[in-house]
Amino acid sequence: MARTRQDRIEGVIEWALRACAGASVLVTVGILSILSVETFRFLREVSPLEFLFGTVWTPLFFQESFGVLPLVAGTLLVSAIALVVALPAGLLTAVYLSEYAPPRVRRSVKPVLEVLAGLPTVVYGYFALLAVTPFLQQFIPGLSGFNALSPGLVMGVMILPLVSSLSEDALQGVPRGLRDASRALGATRAQTTLGVVLPAAMSGISAAAVLAVSRAIGETMIVAIAAGQQPRLTLNPLVPIETMTAYIVQVSLGDAPTGTLAYRTIFAVGMLLFISTFSLNLVSTWLRGRYREAYP
Amino acid sequence: MASRTMAIPSLADVAARGREGEVVDTGTKVDVRGLSCFYGETRALDNVSMRIPAHQVTACVGPSGCGKSTFLRALNRMNELIPSTRVTGSVAIDGQDVYAPEADPVEVRRRVGMVFQKSNPFPKSVFENVAYGLRVNGLAGSRAELEDRVEASLRTAALWDEVQDRLRDSALALSVGQQQRLCIARALAVEPDVLLMDEPASALDPIATQRIEELVYQLKQRYTIVIVTHNMQQAARVSDGTAFFWLGKLVEHDLTSRIFTAPARKLTEDYVTGRLG
Repeated sequence: MARTRQDRIEGVIEWALRACAGASVLVTVGILSILSVETFRFLREVSPLEFLFGTVWTPLFFQESFGVLPLVAGTLLVSAIALVVALPAGLLTAVYLSEYAPPRVRRSVKPVLEVLAGLPTVVYGYFALLAVTPFLQQFIPGLSGFNALSPGLVMGVMILPLVSSLSEDALQGVPRGLRDASRALGATRAQTTLGVVLPAAMSGISAAAVLAVSRAIGETMIVAIAAGQQPRLTLNPLVPIETMTAYIVQVSLGDAPTGTLAYRTIFAVGMLLFISTFSLNLVSTWLRGRYREAYP
Repeated sequence: MASRTMAIPSLADVAARGREGEVVDTGTKVDVRGLSCFYGETRALDNVSMRIPAHQVTACVGPSGCGKSTFLRALNRMNELIPSTRVTGSVAIDGQDVYAPEADPVEVRRRVGMVFQKSNPFPKSVFENVAYGLRVNGLAGSRAELEDRVEASLRTAALWDEVQDRLRDSALALSVGQQQRLCIARALAVEPDVLLMDEPASALDPIATQRIEELVYQLKQRYTIVIVTHNMQQAARVSDGTAFFWLGKLVEHDLTSRIFTAPARKLTEDYVTGRLG
């Protein structure tokens, strides 16, 4: 008798777990379908060509214009600044931790880096606006209160742990035997790292870099707070700009009545954002899969 | 393929050769004195002294954990890459102590090549694997010289005929046996005097193993070889001298023929005849 009772409990547990898994899939499908439907409605009124290649973005003005390029440019500008900080610093950190640091240092530094990753992004946003920007203004006279440079730099610090942690995993995945073989040939530690370990870990490191790009493009809070809200087609990091994510925040918080064309713009921009980050994540997963093939 | 048909001395041949006393004294290449190795507090090697003759194959045998691999890795200072290892004593190669304060471990490792148990080619092309040591040591002045030396090393390792059309292919596409011979070619490319082999055939099938053994037999003309092996038949087939390690100590080192037929110590006899370990 006890057996059938056990079976029933097992059955209930299995169904509960299945429901949880199903719910998250359902929510994802729901989000995607709302995004698609609203984007479709938006594109019935604004041609895809005008949306993707227009150079003026003023959906909330009397003189409406729906060219998304200024938002894309803002996003790419901030992301590029962030990556210029995060990729080299993250990779060097990973190389130090994996190839040079004594085990004791590695054990204590890694958790500290992960605390950086755990800080709420709103903290980074205010840090950029209230500390980094005023500091930079002492050296760069033309720097506006809102700009792409400061949030870009701070975002770089924020995604540094992601880059260093994933790259370090990739470096640690390189078999010990390759390092031994290189050292036994008379190569120094630096030669071994550059000539053998880094090339062997390259697909894992590329996966980390692609994920960092995706993270930078999708980052919202820092840019919403510190980059300004002026869609502007520029590569000048010293003036206020607006990213895709910051635009969505701006409209979601405020003025556009539900069902209007201005309201639908956030879904169209959201869709564009989703497609970019989703495809980047796919590339990252593919790269990591290739890496696992090389070192099962 | 002369190498494939070349006769490998059988156990009986070796024993016979020993009785007739044909082994010639070729002089000492590596002179090990009072060598001890510690991993943290553990003593892995205890006061080993041993003379390794030039242009001969010296086999190190003994059960797992007896210190024979530690001994091998102490000869080219590879042990010190592991944190918290400590070495005392001296290892003189051609009279120069590799542990002397002025000795450069990088230079020592270039002069003392090493082949590992698990074949570990770099994830590069066949050519680049062999060229790597030449590049990092700045040993080839021109592209032509580099190509010549890569080819020469591959020929010495009896691999050239199989890979000459595949030099640009990934080394990981070779068979395991070919990969191990590639690792030997890679080690030979930087022209070491001494070649250390840590169970080089233990992961290979019998045919690939035989090819490695044939190679070892040929290589001793140009190199002094120290080989660690678990396989008693292999030690008997390829080596001139055999050193038996037990619990971190060197129990006995003598001509292979003597170790396998009339060892001085009872422990050695029990081990080589399979009654121990």
